[in-house]
Amino acid sequence: MVRKNISRIYTALIFIFLYTPIVVLIVFSFNNSKSRGNWDGFTIKWYIQLFSNKEILRSLYYTLIIAIVSSLFSTIMGTFAAIGIYDMRGFTKKFALNLNYLPVLNPDIVTAVSFMVLFKMAKLELGIVTIILAHITFCTPYVILSVLPKLKQMNKHLAEAALDLGATPFYAIRKVIIPQIMPGIVTGALLAFTLSIDDFVISFFTAGKGVSNLSIMIYSMARRGINPVINALSTLMFLTLMVLLLIIYKRSNKEEAQTIEN
Amino acid sequence: MKLNKHGYFYLVWMAIFIAIPLLMVVYFAFTTGDSQSISSFSFSLENFKRFFTPMYLEVLNKSIQLALISTIICLLLGYPVAYIISKEKIQYRNVLILLFVIPMWMNFLLRTYAWLTLLGKNGIINFFITRLGFKPLDLLYNDLAVLLGMVYNFLPFMVLPIFSVLTKMDNSLIEASWDLGANKFKTFMKVTFPLSLPGVISGITMVFIPAVSTFVISSLLGGNKTYLIGNLIEQQFRYTGDWHFGSAMSIILMVFILISMALTSKFDKGKEGDGGGLW
Repeated sequence: MVRKNISRIYTALIFIFLYTPIVVLIVFSFNNSKSRGNWDGFTIKWYIQLFSNKEILRSLYYTLIIAIVSSLFSTIMGTFAAIGIYDMRGFTKKFALNLNYLPVLNPDIVTAVSFMVLFKMAKLELGIVTIILAHITFCTPYVILSVLPKLKQMNKHLAEAALDLGATPFYAIRKVIIPQIMPGIVTGALLAFTLSIDDFVISFFTAGKGVSNLSIMIYSMARRGINPVINALSTLMFLTLMVLLLIIYKRSNKEEAQTIEN
Repeated sequence: MKLNKHGYFYLVWMAIFIAIPLLMVVYFAFTTGDSQSISSFSFSLENFKRFFTPMYLEVLNKSIQLALISTIICLLLGYPVAYIISKEKIQYRNVLILLFVIPMWMNFLLRTYAWLTLLGKNGIINFFITRLGFKPLDLLYNDLAVLLGMVYNFLPFMVLPIFSVLTKMDNSLIEASWDLGANKFKTFMKVTFPLSLPGVISGITMVFIPAVSTFVISSLLGGNKTYLIGNLIEQQFRYTGDWHFGSAMSIILMVFILISMALTSKFDKGKEGDGGGLW
């Protein structure tokens, strides 16, 4: 019993460590004073200012557009690439898998500077296009890594049967393979979206003047003090995600209960 | 199944956006000249020579030290939590492990920045310390603050892989060990821990790599006092504009990580032999 209590207390301490900064952020989004040091009464003025702060809203808009476009594209490319890699043999397969691991294992600052060198040498103007290209490139490997295990579990003979019965490869992929690997695709898409929305390093080196996502904005603000409006915005984003998660959790619980009943 | 051709578009994409850029970085590293005009480049080892001087080596040394210490702390803190959670009932287990993922939904820079509010001179922690009658402490802008930032940000990367290995572990092996007379401690040392090594290894790599190459944590929490190799690279590319020297440092960082990963994977005999063998 003592042992159990010790492990409970230990786990609780770790969670306190993880969540204290988040609680501080949320609490200080209601702080009347602009400085982060002192508490000066409750206010919701930052939340009101948020809706008229064009600079911050534009960064939010860029962040979301970048995340949506790059996660969509990398999910599609990653799914087809995973199907292709799954069907490759020998050296080509090894080569493809290693190439895929490269951006996963390389430190992100190295990947980021190599993007910067590429775009500058190709005379591309740094901006939203270069950020999206970079995000697609670093998100796709994660999609592939979440789809590949599902392909391995899949019943291979079904796809072969479809091909033997005259389906074109594309039709077989659409009707037979994709339904079987859907959970992997969804995981990959969510992962890509999260990675893109939370990214700072890659965006920082591939963004030009004038385009900035939330991370870049926060970094440039950090030295002179962060506008509490950002705290308000993050609180809202965080709570939205929590609510979404709760809904999904409730739903999947309900479905589970139903399948058990049936 | 004739489906392999669907992979080729991706291979071409990766060649353009990953392989070629890396080769360009290598090219920059071994040349000197005006970064803006290729025609002025000439082969040189100057960038590497410049790096292997005491001033820069000390920065590299410090980055490695801080990354190593934070990896060890993450392992010491993270393994017990992963173990405790993996022993919970399934319905609690999934919720608890989700609690490690949720913080990542709040912007990583902001979460790190929130530590300024906690650690600052007039921060929350010092508020309590002075209330208790002690002098306020200098908690911010030193190596300890950077270390804390690393542990805070990367702890979930240690817990998640260890947890997933522990939950997949075959329980009958542990029961067998008990039946054969081993006590709990011995069972852990001889059965559970060795079997969880693949998780430990991937946890170590997932913490060490971002920690050794970070420049955000050190510039937010370390002020100007803690200067890491990531900061050096950032400075060369964003401000100084000496891409050649910056590229050389990127290559050094990359090679160092490849070597240390090759060394760690030596301990990981049970690795799945499916591709990725080079890394």
